[in-house]
Amino acid sequence: MRLFSRKKYTSIKVRKKDLPGGLWIKCPSCQEIVYKHEIESGQGVCPKCAYHFQISWKERLALLTEEGSFEEWDANLESADPLQFTGQVAYTAKLVESRKKSGLKDAIICGKARMGPFTVALGIMDFSFLGGSMGSVVGEKVTRLIERATANKLSVLILSATGGARMYEGMYSLMQMAKTSAALARHANAGLPYISILTHPSTAGVMASYATLGDIIIAEPHALIGFAGPRVIKETTREDIPNGFQRSEFMLKHGLIDLIVNRKDLKETLIRLLGYLSRSTPPAPSNQPIVEVSAPTTS
Amino acid sequence: MAHHSLSFEKPILELETKLKELRAFSEAQDIDVSRELSDLERKIVETKRQVFKNLTAWDEVQLARHPQRPYTLDYIGEICRDFVELHGDRHYGDDRAIVGGFAMLDTEAVMIIGTQKGRDVKSNVERNFGMAYPEGYRKALRLMKLAAKFGRPIVVMIDTAGAYPGVGSEERQIAEAIAMNLREAFLLPVPIIVTVIGEGGSGGALGIGVGDRILILEHSYYSVISPEGCAAILWRDRAFASKAAAALKLTSRDLLKAGLVDEIIPEPLGGAHTDPKGMAADLRRRLLYHLRELKQYSLDELLDRRYRKFRAMGVIRAESPSAGELTIKNEE
Ligand SMILES: [Zn+2]
Repeated sequence: MRLFSRKKYTSIKVRKKDLPGGLWIKCPSCQEIVYKHEIESGQGVCPKCAYHFQISWKERLALLTEEGSFEEWDANLESADPLQFTGQVAYTAKLVESRKKSGLKDAIICGKARMGPFTVALGIMDFSFLGGSMGSVVGEKVTRLIERATANKLSVLILSATGGARMYEGMYSLMQMAKTSAALARHANAGLPYISILTHPSTAGVMASYATLGDIIIAEPHALIGFAGPRVIKETTREDIPNGFQRSEFMLKHGLIDLIVNRKDLKETLIRLLGYLSRSTPPAPSNQPIVEVSAPTTS
Repeated sequence: MAHHSLSFEKPILELETKLKELRAFSEAQDIDVSRELSDLERKIVETKRQVFKNLTAWDEVQLARHPQRPYTLDYIGEICRDFVELHGDRHYGDDRAIVGGFAMLDTEAVMIIGTQKGRDVKSNVERNFGMAYPEGYRKALRLMKLAAKFGRPIVVMIDTAGAYPGVGSEERQIAEAIAMNLREAFLLPVPIIVTVIGEGGSGGALGIGVGDRILILEHSYYSVISPEGCAAILWRDRAFASKAAAALKLTSRDLLKAGLVDEIIPEPLGGAHTDPKGMAADLRRRLLYHLRELKQYSLDELLDRRYRKFRAMGVIRAESPSAGELTIKNEE
């Protein structure tokens, strides 16, 4: 179903907005024009090349948990403006705009949910709220999630989608890295499992705290994962950036993550791993071995 | 001393040069100018006071980066004896941007760890401008665990623009190295005193920055992002760094007000670089004071306080706090 050839119609990206209801989407990986419905029903994965689009926390929740089992925690927390930060645009204006645009109060949704036989403490970051940045609210919600999990002997699962610490909250944001890591120290000390799932993109301050502290670290294919952005690295060091740098596959090759899992296999993989990590429940029966998946082809 | 000066230091340095000339003149000619000299000295102090009373956040950043500012090894040389430097992370290499080792601070045997800048091209190459790779953070954690094993308190000095943003850093997972230090620091059963002695550059600073006391020298800064980096993102122009510095609330006074540091250690008038020995003596005094105070806590109490200290950081708004919720720190 190749509707357009690759090079002739590069202007299609601009025109896509004019299409009625945005029915078609150009895949940034294989450049094919794909029927939007096909992507949505396919869990946000390109049917041509298995490129993983960013999806909302709601879509992720539906993919991973048993319907109706989610109980949200700390839904009432909102960002304040402790620095009264004014740049080109004031932080408060940014917050208002982001709330309206994303329909979210901040960049993470936390709660308790069932996944197969397991009840887990689950945090899902959403990139659509200020680039999934971590300020006081994200830090506080993650910390409470972990603290509640420790108190109730639950596993913690956090899906990251983030550009790092939120600079509008200055040092308060930086300190969320320490705060969340402290909570994880106690959770780990209690012998409880924590699985970190890295989605596109997972970078900077969140990576340098809870996202890299999982007993198991899983990445979705071809996600951008790292500490410093490629542009910063290039500008600061003038080093050559290797091919595929800071992508999931690069991370796997360098031994920095446990496995890459396609979105459609994520729930089953997590349930199986939770079985191995829990002391009481044996692994869920299944015949399929979970093996490393191949990455989508790009460029 | 005059060959590196900040713009706001110029009037002070001019007067100091004049003083030196007058002194030389009076000695050479054997003329009594004691009245003129004392007038000039008074004027210098007055000018310093004026200049340092009106420093902007950006001025403070410049002072924190002053090329003559004392660095970690300068303080180690001044405040302790019998320093034994220990090297390497036992896995990959010895990152010279972070130094550490046992030392005697008065009668206290401690582990001292700090980021180390260079002063000239050669030493800056060796020290990578004080920007550590993952192996630096892993060395720091190894030494902290060593200290903990033998019950030695840990003294940390922070002076870094940030962790090194390079290909090698990413290949060896600098994010994980920092995260692991953050988590493990909450389990170390010995007192930890952290002092920001110059630049507190983001995650690279925090990576060795978890402790029971966070002290900061007066003209240091500690920030989530460099003012230049912030300006590049929010103003799309690094030239707005001074505005970004003010917006980020990164000065020692801002941080004390926010409750993110415990104490400002005042610097000699004119900055630490104008009297390194005096600065070191004050730092030593404050370190010993806090060390002795922290030693009074039981280990459980110490770890619990450390947890609660960082647990309380953050300002949020609860729209409708529901019953049974954990305590919420509301906006002051
Ligand atoms: Zn595709």
